[in-house]
Amino acid sequence: MARFEESGPRSPVVESIRVDLVHPRAQAGLAIRSVIGIVIVLIMLFPVIWVAMTVFKTRPDTVAVPPKFIPYVEDGLLSDFCMEPQLNKDGSVKLDKDGQPVLKEKSICFDVVLEGAVGLFFERRTLTAAQQKKYADDPNLGWADRILLKRGTLITGPSEFVQRFRNSLIIAGTSTVLSVAFGLLAAYAFSRWDISGKPDLLFFILSTRMLPPVVVTIPLFLMYRQLGVYDTHIGMILLYTVFNLSFSVWLLKGFIDEIPREYEEAALVDGYSRLQAFRKVVLPQAVTGIAATTVFCLIFAWNEYAFSLMLTSDVARTAPPSIATTQGAGGLEYAIIAMASMLFLIPVVVVTFALRQHLLRGVTFGAIRQ
Amino acid sequence: MATIELRQVEKKFGALHAVKPLDLTIKNGEFVVLLGPSGCGKTTTLRMISGLEAVSGGHIYLDGRDVTWLHPSERDIAFVFQFFALYPHMTVQDNIRFPLQAQGVAAAEAEKRVAEMVKMLRIEHLLKLRPGSLSGGDRQRVALARALVRRPAAFLMDEPLGALDADLRESMRAEIKRLHIANEATSVYVTHDQIEAMALGDRIVVMSAAEVQQVGTPAEVYHKPANLFVARFIGSPGMNLIKGRYADGVVHLPGEIRYQVPDSWRGTLAESLKDGEVILGFRPEAGLLSDNGTLTGRVYATDMQGAFTMLHLALGDETTLVDVRAERWVDYPLDALVRFDIDPESVRFFDPRTEKALRRGKAQ
Repeated sequence: MARFEESGPRSPVVESIRVDLVHPRAQAGLAIRSVIGIVIVLIMLFPVIWVAMTVFKTRPDTVAVPPKFIPYVEDGLLSDFCMEPQLNKDGSVKLDKDGQPVLKEKSICFDVVLEGAVGLFFERRTLTAAQQKKYADDPNLGWADRILLKRGTLITGPSEFVQRFRNSLIIAGTSTVLSVAFGLLAAYAFSRWDISGKPDLLFFILSTRMLPPVVVTIPLFLMYRQLGVYDTHIGMILLYTVFNLSFSVWLLKGFIDEIPREYEEAALVDGYSRLQAFRKVVLPQAVTGIAATTVFCLIFAWNEYAFSLMLTSDVARTAPPSIATTQGAGGLEYAIIAMASMLFLIPVVVVTFALRQHLLRGVTFGAIRQ
Repeated sequence: MATIELRQVEKKFGALHAVKPLDLTIKNGEFVVLLGPSGCGKTTTLRMISGLEAVSGGHIYLDGRDVTWLHPSERDIAFVFQFFALYPHMTVQDNIRFPLQAQGVAAAEAEKRVAEMVKMLRIEHLLKLRPGSLSGGDRQRVALARALVRRPAAFLMDEPLGALDADLRESMRAEIKRLHIANEATSVYVTHDQIEAMALGDRIVVMSAAEVQQVGTPAEVYHKPANLFVARFIGSPGMNLIKGRYADGVVHLPGEIRYQVPDSWRGTLAESLKDGEVILGFRPEAGLLSDNGTLTGRVYATDMQGAFTMLHLALGDETTLVDVRAERWVDYPLDALVRFDIDPESVRFFDPRTEKALRRGKAQ
């Protein structure tokens, strides 16, 4: 039974590939699957793009119906597209004094403004129209003040978000470094030595991850308050480190298992101590695993919400709970929330991008051994 | 360069012996091959000498110094691994320099010694490459250079040619032999390939089932195997071994064949065999075809091997097969009757109960 009626590919095959994959029908199938893939990617990316647009919208535009999705900047790329002639009631084009048609913005276009992007970083106070006028003439105002003044608000100081973003960086960064470092040492020991009760220990380590955070937050809250680490950086770093440790031990053990012992043994007979062999031979080869583990630990610690909400209030509060509470300040400030969300994405994206080569190798690591 | 002494060295895994108590002295500059099938304990023995495996009992001396419990890095030995174990994240140059850095050799001196090594092994052009991009043979040369550059007291190799192609293996074998002669390095070499062992070893230690079966020069091991295992294991194919019964100067073999025992063996056989049960052994090349030979067999199969023809003969029924080496133009049809003799100098006898070889004169 012939699967293909046609007699072969349209052009000569000059690469190493299986017969059925170069067949015209297979290639057509590939094209269809590519299109489906691209569509799926667009669907997945849509929320991110939408949030990114929201950052630059005015407060009414964020909730406008129908939604506005074409950015309009004066004399910008899409400005011609966004303008249409205004019509009179009778349907004729409205003309101004010089006989030129009067233009108005299409309803799907929004004005690009920076008030949301800037507003995130400052505490603001609403002004009366008179106050607004008074401040408009003040030559001491900076560019940020002027942007917000247009909205009738005055900057009174930096917002909490700046501090909380910094908290997130410190807590997530430090706990990631610590959990990868400790995890590496533990994984090396588990991989190389005959530790008594090894399977039980490994299972115990994994089991710390099995409880949902919600279940342990109350006891943790009580313990933390007693110990005086409630709402402290140390407390949060400790918590995230321990929580990530199970993950990093297991993941890194897999990677270290893949590094043949012979390398260390060669270093040992070459005159190095165990620690030197670890540092000079094992560590450079575990880079892939370390990179992959770092990204995963960072993503967890960076995104963690429940613990932070319950175990911090102000000093050590991280960004995720504060983004959620931003909306409480005088109505829904979608642009500000969007700005916070976008900013929040950046560190993980940067780290993942920086380590992408190692990640790709990490995914296929161990699949093929020479 | 050094003498290595093993005194009652043994290795147990739980109650199981991986290596039974073993005595061995490796002389300064000697090339000793540990030969045996996989799982016989040869690699474990080598690893115990290097310190990568702790002994369960006994002592190891390097030049008279007890190194049994010394860290591997303090023993001044070099180890070549089967899969080379070249550090993949370093260039060839860094790989070779690595052991020197451990010793704290000055940079200039290290540079000089690395240059010397790569010249000797003809790998100058590879210095800047990483091991991943090298061929198998070049990887092995780099591994050898890394081992030799330190001028270690002893040089241990664990099947270094096992991962190479057949023809490359032969040329590398010659290279290792030349390197050994040039460096006069005391070397211990582990292999399961008896051809490699014969070619390289000053002495061969044949191991099986965690025990040393025989220690001797390649010629001794080949011509005077100490027991049935060595007789079978050495040579390809191994020695022909035929069960028989000795009585009055004649061994009765299967197929009503009577083998006239050479005079020099009669006394030994008569004295050492209790019930007459004996195993007769001879190498394929000790079987001499002749029209009036006293032994007969039917041709079971013939293999043309290029330089010679190997005849597989069935004695009596097809359960007893022997290999006889014949001139290359010999071509018998299947089932043809073939007459042959056994070179009286090369015939060997084994006691089937102890599996040990009988030695002429010993029993007299």
